[in-house]
Amino acid sequence: MPLDPVALLPLFIETPFQEGYVRSIIFVSLYVSCTAVVLSTLVSIPVALVMGFTEFPGQQFVKSVINTGMGFPSVVVGLVVLFMVSNQGPLGAADLIFTKEAMIMSQFVLATPPITAISLAALTSVDENVRDAARALGGTRLDVALVVIKEARYGIATAVLAGFGRAISEVGSVLIVGGNITSADGISQTRTLTTAIQLEARQGQYDTAMILGAVLVTVVLTVNAIVVRLGDEGAMNR
Amino acid sequence: MQRRKFLQGVGLAAIASTAGCTQLTGSDEEGGAGVSGETLTLTTTTSTYDTGLLDEIHPGFEEMYGVTVDAVAQGTGAALETARNGDSDIVMVHARGLEDEFMRNGYGINRRDLMFNDFVIVGPESDPAGIEGMDSAAEAFATIAEEQAAFVSRGDNSGTHTKELNIWEEAGVEPGGDWYQEIGAGMGEALNNANQQGAYTLSDRGTFISQRSEIDLTILVQGPIEGGPELLENPYGILAVNPAVHENANYDLAMAYIGWITSPSAQDAISNYTMNGEQLFFPRALSEDPDFQQYVPEGWSSNSSSQ
Repeated sequence: MPLDPVALLPLFIETPFQEGYVRSIIFVSLYVSCTAVVLSTLVSIPVALVMGFTEFPGQQFVKSVINTGMGFPSVVVGLVVLFMVSNQGPLGAADLIFTKEAMIMSQFVLATPPITAISLAALTSVDENVRDAARALGGTRLDVALVVIKEARYGIATAVLAGFGRAISEVGSVLIVGGNITSADGISQTRTLTTAIQLEARQGQYDTAMILGAVLVTVVLTVNAIVVRLGDEGAMNR
Repeated sequence: MQRRKFLQGVGLAAIASTAGCTQLTGSDEEGGAGVSGETLTLTTTTSTYDTGLLDEIHPGFEEMYGVTVDAVAQGTGAALETARNGDSDIVMVHARGLEDEFMRNGYGINRRDLMFNDFVIVGPESDPAGIEGMDSAAEAFATIAEEQAAFVSRGDNSGTHTKELNIWEEAGVEPGGDWYQEIGAGMGEALNNANQQGAYTLSDRGTFISQRSEIDLTILVQGPIEGGPELLENPYGILAVNPAVHENANYDLAMAYIGWITSPSAQDAISNYTMNGEQLFFPRALSEDPDFQQYVPEGWSSNSSSQ
């Protein structure tokens, strides 16, 4: 690994934990949140396109469902997913409780509404002339959609970041469905940065909690910076 | 011909599965009773988890059987509820009444006494209610209520919370009012909370010792380990989820775990686990006199008061 920020930690502060522990927690956080956000995006963009480009009965209703979803309490999502994946639940046979997959499910539910709503806003705000031009040049529906997505990419990137922010900073639902598990060698199974912070705070280890909090903020800022950077490069190549 | 082969296969599978239950098949792999590579989900209380005991002793078990243990820390009530739903294979908790109910309802099987420590009543050194050195927990609680001194309650249906409610009952006090605060959180949080506002609380000795360096609270009423009242005893039990209720419960591995943790070497490891130079848990699985009481839910025989 050419640049491993975790290895640099001890230079700045006295770390009260093993590197492997923090690294695995960061990995689980990123793995769960990124997977959930990618899946959410794959669902959200088509939904936003359909919502933005067509009219169908009940459209307003769907829109209000999505908007409600944006503010849906995450612990309730956690509870619902728990009922789904519990052995008594409909997905019980899949043995998903206390796994990363269950956490991905709950974060998917959390991240999809904001990504859809913000993408939809971005897509509908693309100038009508752009669509007309694309259509006039003989573009198929797909071509038009691609052109509009390209125009709206900043807004869509914002949407994805909003979804990512909601996913990675979430603690209630991942604690309920994930169980905050590390294996005995101190490697995280379903422990994320947020649930680790919760655990440390519960034990009164505020120093450790603060360090993990700083790591979480750094991770979020880094991901945001990368996405914004990608957007800028895209703009320059235009 | 094909049909006969099929029948043979079914028959063999049936024999294998029956044999598997009684562990007669032995093991193909070295060092494991056919459980290698499997995962045991253990729900346990925050008070065991937060002391770090499990991190200390689990590697031994994982190495011996080639398995992983996923320990989920919840309150005793939640830990039992998770097991009741079939979402864990084994439970390590400390509320005999709730454990017995779990057993009586058929969700648990093969309960064993595991270890014990005790509860202590802690509070600020200034001791505003003046309970220091009392030899009755109920009397101390009654005094706190009388003085309306701030008291932090876990309020989370945990083993400690259950014990606290027992003591209030014993004291003949219905706690309530501004001075009594239910915070709905784990032991560590309750200790911090009590520390911040100079309140009393009931803590298990293990969590208190492991957090002592961070807080200014002090032990005002000792538990039985230091000669305090029996009422403050804190026994831990371990029980497997009944595979007859939840067939996906990993019963073989759960029994391997129970066998291992009640073995002399693991019991030694428990008694050797110290923090800040103090022993946190006292092993109880080994006994010179057979203690059949440990398997029997309370109320099943006439002289059954183990609490």
